[in-house]
Amino acid sequence: MLGQLIASGIAIGATYALMALAMVIIYKTSEVLNFAQGDMAMLSAFIAYMCLSTYGLGFAASFTLALAFAFALGAFLEFAFLRRAKEPNVLGLIIITLGLEMVLYGLASWRWGSDQKDFPFPVSDFEVHQLGGGVVISELNLVTLGVAFSLMILLFLFFRYTKVGVAMKATQQNQQAARLMGIRVGRIMMLTWGMSAVVGACAAFLIASTDTLDPNLMWTPQLKGFSAAVLGGMTSLVGAVLGGFILGVVENLFGGYVSVEFKAVVAFAVIVLILCVKPSGLFAKHYVRKV
Amino acid sequence: MDMKRDYYEDIRLLDSGPQVFWLVVLLGALVAFPLVADSYQIYTINLMAIHVIVALGLNLLVGYTGQISLGHAGFFAIGAYSTLALMINAHLPFILALPLAGFITAAFGFLLGLPALRLEGPYLAIATLGFGLTITQILGRLDVFGGHMGLQAPPLEFFGLKVTSDAGRYAVIMPICVVLAWGLRNLTKTRVGRAFVAVRDSDIAAECIGVNLTYYKTLAFAVSAFYTGIGGGLMAFVLGFISPHTFNVMVSIMFLAMVVVGGLGSILGSVMGAVLITWLQLELARIGELPLVGPVLTELSNQVFTLSGLPNVQYVVFGLIMVLIIIFEPLGLYGFWIRTKIYWRTWPF
Repeated sequence: MLGQLIASGIAIGATYALMALAMVIIYKTSEVLNFAQGDMAMLSAFIAYMCLSTYGLGFAASFTLALAFAFALGAFLEFAFLRRAKEPNVLGLIIITLGLEMVLYGLASWRWGSDQKDFPFPVSDFEVHQLGGGVVISELNLVTLGVAFSLMILLFLFFRYTKVGVAMKATQQNQQAARLMGIRVGRIMMLTWGMSAVVGACAAFLIASTDTLDPNLMWTPQLKGFSAAVLGGMTSLVGAVLGGFILGVVENLFGGYVSVEFKAVVAFAVIVLILCVKPSGLFAKHYVRKV
Repeated sequence: MDMKRDYYEDIRLLDSGPQVFWLVVLLGALVAFPLVADSYQIYTINLMAIHVIVALGLNLLVGYTGQISLGHAGFFAIGAYSTLALMINAHLPFILALPLAGFITAAFGFLLGLPALRLEGPYLAIATLGFGLTITQILGRLDVFGGHMGLQAPPLEFFGLKVTSDAGRYAVIMPICVVLAWGLRNLTKTRVGRAFVAVRDSDIAAECIGVNLTYYKTLAFAVSAFYTGIGGGLMAFVLGFISPHTFNVMVSIMFLAMVVVGGLGSILGSVMGAVLITWLQLELARIGELPLVGPVLTELSNQVFTLSGLPNVQYVVFGLIMVLIIIFEPLGLYGFWIRTKIYWRTWPF
């Protein structure tokens, strides 16, 4: 019982971790809390669905096209809307991303209606592997875990060892100074949004394949992703992934031992409690603001 | 511009002849309105008035005190549910139940204000969002509140006088709305109101000059929740039926949209934003039937999109309005109004 709850908690936590990663990439560079993240991902999943079912393309081609679309969408939103805001504050940026979220949601549900669709996926959710001790985990869950870990490691290496990654970190720390050092801040931002959209789209494919595809698909995972990112401290990649796993496991244990009914809200109780103790999350350094 | 020479000129409600004139015209119009309008128009105005109350409360928190809240649907729900529960289970009359529900909501606002003392920006946004979601989840599980089935509003009664028509509800809602708007306007001109603005502009500086941050931040949450709770209590009677689904996240976002579109930190702005967004909500829900735009969109839906998804166009419109307002006119409709006024005052120049 305990082992199984933890195993499925880790599996569900992997999808939260992916959404949290997408969140953190944007927040790390531009300090924007992106509420459009989930719906950018949802739209990409619909593009993949359209390629697969309407145009009859293969899995590889469809997913590549959808990821390319996600990158373009992310970059476009940054270029067309976020960059145009003059002297934005936190609230203004949140409102812009909320507005974009509504636009994307409206477009997707206008185009595809709100009925649920089956999202085909090469890996099955029903083939299970024994982990010993009666604990089972499905093949799809293993793939999700693999994707989450490899993306985390790739992103970690990217931010540490590539020139572009370092430029992104520099942009977050001080935009003025970064610009003076010859970094094209606008271009870096576009790149960040594109990358984040791609990570989000990966999460959406995996979530859509366990669930059915409809325009509300990503709303809950996005909130859980937020919570995971906040738990991890908003700026730390490792923190975001660990936050996702902690959230998944805590939620599942709570559902198994305390109450299934309130399982959905336990995530928020956890983050409110943790934020009261550590206002910047578990894994981030708390910067004291200068006056 | 008129110069303010002493404090009493600053706190005066009306400071010129034309203002008195327009206020009388406005109040006259509000009194005369139910006599000439049909039931649906009165229903529309009732909704607008309730949204004005909520927008005022939210603006106090977001616009004046600078604290983000994405969870006001939670307060709205608490207000609505506690009004109904007090009337159904405790058999209190409406006159007592509504203010009491307001104070219950204010208590919850105070509680949410406590973690908000340590959080700011995105962290506060997530915490309040979580609060709103949690409240509706909990309400949906409690049998006292009808669970997922929701609650039916009991008949509205004043000293044996039954209120059943939209016009009757208008007579209840509109005075409350006017009094609350007046109250908030006066609050912003007092020591407390200035403390709120000081907290918004720089909380550290405010603390240095002796503003008690703990007190004023939680107070802002409590007052804001009180307004929203009263709005929720009235909403239960306008809709006649409430369920947890009535208070979803989209409602919180719409409240925020009203405040932002209207203008942050302005009473007139809240009113304009709430009226505009409510009107758009009602009109866009049947967008296919609108003249001019309707046929074009229906044709477009048949060709590229789906007809069943057509009502979702409203989200596209709201989203675009929010984005464009922030980009082009961060002060909202109020800023637009001020600029127009100044333009015409100095017109030939």
